[in-house]
Amino acid sequence: MGRIVLEQVTKSFGEVTVIPPLDLTIEDGEFTVFVGPSGCGKSTLLRLIAGLEDVSSGRIAIDGTEATALSPSKRRLAMVFQSYALYPHMTVRKNIAFPLRMAGMDKAEQERRVTQAASVLNLTDYLERRPGQLSGGQRQRVAIGRAIVREPSAFLFDEPLSNLDAALRVGMRLEISELHKRLATTMIYVTHDQVEAMTMADKIVVLRAGHIEQVGSPLDLYHNPRNVFVAGFIGSPTMNLITGPEAAKHNARTIGVRPEHITVSATEGPWSGTVAVSEHLGSDTFFHVHGTGLADSITVRAGGEVGFRHGDRIHLTPRADVIHRFDDKGLRIA
Amino acid sequence: MATQHSRTAARLMLAPAVILLLGWMLVPLTMTLLFSFKQYLPMRGGDLGWVGFDNYIRFVGSSAFWPSVVTTLVIVGSVLVITIVLGVLLALLLDQPMWGQGVVRILVIAPFFVMPTVSALVWKNMFMDPVNGLFAHLWKFFGATPISWLSEASMTSIIMIVSWQWLPFATLILLTAIQSLDSEQLEAAEMDGAPPLSRFGHIILPHLGRAIAIVVLIQTIFLLGVFAEIFVTTQGSFGTRTLTYLIFQRVLESQNVGLGSAGGVYAIILANILAIFLMRIVGKNLDR
Repeated sequence: MGRIVLEQVTKSFGEVTVIPPLDLTIEDGEFTVFVGPSGCGKSTLLRLIAGLEDVSSGRIAIDGTEATALSPSKRRLAMVFQSYALYPHMTVRKNIAFPLRMAGMDKAEQERRVTQAASVLNLTDYLERRPGQLSGGQRQRVAIGRAIVREPSAFLFDEPLSNLDAALRVGMRLEISELHKRLATTMIYVTHDQVEAMTMADKIVVLRAGHIEQVGSPLDLYHNPRNVFVAGFIGSPTMNLITGPEAAKHNARTIGVRPEHITVSATEGPWSGTVAVSEHLGSDTFFHVHGTGLADSITVRAGGEVGFRHGDRIHLTPRADVIHRFDDKGLRIA
Repeated sequence: MATQHSRTAARLMLAPAVILLLGWMLVPLTMTLLFSFKQYLPMRGGDLGWVGFDNYIRFVGSSAFWPSVVTTLVIVGSVLVITIVLGVLLALLLDQPMWGQGVVRILVIAPFFVMPTVSALVWKNMFMDPVNGLFAHLWKFFGATPISWLSEASMTSIIMIVSWQWLPFATLILLTAIQSLDSEQLEAAEMDGAPPLSRFGHIILPHLGRAIAIVVLIQTIFLLGVFAEIFVTTQGSFGTRTLTYLIFQRVLESQNVGLGSAGGVYAIILANILAIFLMRIVGKNLDR
């Protein structure tokens, strides 16, 4: 149904190469997340797949058919844009029905599909409204509705949640995940938010400057980051990366220890420092420890009841079995 | 800050401007109304006293009245259609990225800076002259007999001149409107399977609705008073006598201020009827 294969795809805008040769396969039904810092080419990659940008070289195949030169409408993909891109002068009903109308589908079938999509997305009461009269979350759902009525072979999402407030974002995240479980259609989702990536993805593609740094399941990336970049990007709060003599002790250029893999103690531990900031979240406490001589600041996660304050001297013990080691090129040492 | 005292001071300081503007509007209006009820012939006896509604009845009764109303509406309507259709097309064209965009845009806007009298004279002498005009040469080049534009195709000529003048205005407003269209909407429509013409019809044109409404409204107000273009070309002959021109002839050529003033009042009424109509239509567009 929705297997997407990219072979040696490149994209340059004039002199600037945004995507160097890149190979990627997205299996049918997979929820794939492209994640990376701003400007890493993740949106460009999505637009290449959508056909909104032409590849400079290489080929794209969708469902086993050559799609490199196909126009966006012929690729049977549906896209949800960051701005939602709803048509402001049309009612919600007309917005959702637009792709069907363009496909010349008969009125009764259009009506049936719109009604069905509206009930799935809780939009039935809003069908006669215009986008301007809806809240952010509702607009988001209309945009998704417009995508699902077409029954595409894959959905493309371009940072769809970045315009929503935090609470709504968590809600929509669950709704999109649920939708994926129900439809079992391929979805490609672009985000810079690694929490979205970790929670939603079957497969995460970490990008940097157009290069694929690592592809894998969220837990695979968490446990076995292939290099320093992925190690620092995946996980929240980010991994502590330590260089210098302490790393040399482990025969590595850089070692990485996640905040959740360090235990704190008032009296003993190989590392020590003073608490600069302690963030009490109730369930957890994050300590930012300075003066350890390892890095500017070491982040540590402890239980919610651990009560060190600013200025307290604390000792840290990393869990020896989960220390990540990286070589001179920043690659993981197995 | 808005204490009673400072508000009074503010009103006092605003007063000169308000009084000036009010006077600017009210004095001519009152004088027009006043004269319209008088028999006033400056060269033939001056103020001959009140005559009630005589001037109004005579103005409408004249055989020139209805044709002039029709002429006015035809000019306004044609120019609106031409400027908006061409304006939308030009705006679409200018929105495309191209070499020398800035210069081209300024050139397109240039006609708007030319005074109506000047542009009409340029058209009359350089383009439409039956002997030396560029059109005449063009016609001769293809072996056709040159048209004497201003007498044989007088209305077409006037409409061409006025459209040429107002096209930049329409283009400018429509171009800014097109530029404000979210490109993701067009991309979404493209992904939804809408071919270019459908994208234009379903996305771009509705987006331009508001700008078109504004262009129609503003142009109508100005086009109802078109005068210079007619004055320097046909002088109101060959069926180009608009209501404005008719009033001018009554006041200055016939030296009948009372009759002309009555015509002026009719013009005000016509403009208001049109304005109400337009506001209704435009209002619907602006409400969204």
